[in-house]
Amino acid sequence: MPGDLQTELQGVWVYLSASPLLHLTLTLAAYQAGMWLYRRAGMNPLVNPVLFAVVVLVGILMATGTSYETYFEGAQFVHFLLGPATVALAIPLYRQFHRVRESALAIAVSLLVGSTFAAISAMGIAWALGAGEETILSIGPKSVTAAVAMGISERLGGLPSLTAVLVIATGILGAALGPLALNLAGVKDWASRGFAMGTGAHGIGTARALQVNEIAGAFAGLAMGLNALATAILLPLAWAFFQR
Amino acid sequence: MLNYLTLIFLCQLIGEAFVAATGLPVPGPVVGMALLFAGLVFKGAIPKDLDTVSGALLANLSLLFVPAGTGIMVHLALLGSDGVAVSVALIVSTVATIAVTGLVMQALTARQRKGESDAG
Repeated sequence: MPGDLQTELQGVWVYLSASPLLHLTLTLAAYQAGMWLYRRAGMNPLVNPVLFAVVVLVGILMATGTSYETYFEGAQFVHFLLGPATVALAIPLYRQFHRVRESALAIAVSLLVGSTFAAISAMGIAWALGAGEETILSIGPKSVTAAVAMGISERLGGLPSLTAVLVIATGILGAALGPLALNLAGVKDWASRGFAMGTGAHGIGTARALQVNEIAGAFAGLAMGLNALATAILLPLAWAFFQR
Repeated sequence: MLNYLTLIFLCQLIGEAFVAATGLPVPGPVVGMALLFAGLVFKGAIPKDLDTVSGALLANLSLLFVPAGTGIMVHLALLGSDGVAVSVALIVSTVATIAVTGLVMQALTARQRKGESDAG
């Protein structure tokens, strides 16, 4: 009987959707589908696997009426590895240590320029287009890795949860469009490309850089860490000065 | 292999504790990265198993952003009436920041390396 089958399937669904395994598996499957497309497209940055997986997962969550909290019970196991993976960035960085050391000055200057430019351009454009003050303050630290960006946003008087959204969106945009911008600008040096990706698009930009080239990945990881520090110190100071 | 996974966790743990104690505006894992880096400089080489463990973690780094990424789509309503302004600001600023940073870094590196042969 079709009716019985449906009740049975519903029972299975209720059982599965209460288990973290379902959403963990969905996360891995959606990402791997994204990676498959990404590879088929010759690692074209526009076919970003994170974006693909996110769109698929949001579609599934909406279609099944699943809350993000329920989803995260499964996805948290993946999310958790973000911390250890960040620590592991020390290995590619160590492998490029000689390059980092010989371009220390270039790194310091690029960091200051990139960090300042990221905040001022985002806040300036949002202001010029008539965004509210809370939004303008929330967008300031958008290029900084999420945890630090939320702290900066709070100090400025922004909305930390909005900043988290803007940070992730920036990462995906940067990973997808950054390589094209670097091509157009004629930036061919791998260290410079990586450093730019880490400064402008934090961890998600670093992940893309690492997929393409190890030198780029190492410099991206370095830039991500340094930009968090630089923006956290400079942006609140600059804002306090600007307000006087 | 498990010992190096433990070492990575330990570096993060010390990093998190350090940040909690000092209020330093950096994420705990980034302090952990600096710590592990310092350890490698001290040791002078990368242990083979550490390389394997970190390779496995980093091979799928972008996967690890999927749960957080899914979270933002749920909270897009936070953008409210500023949606257009924010979208334009994000796209233009992010693309320009990456281009500007890359150009500055490349120009300075080229200047610094002048006279050295390019090793590729």
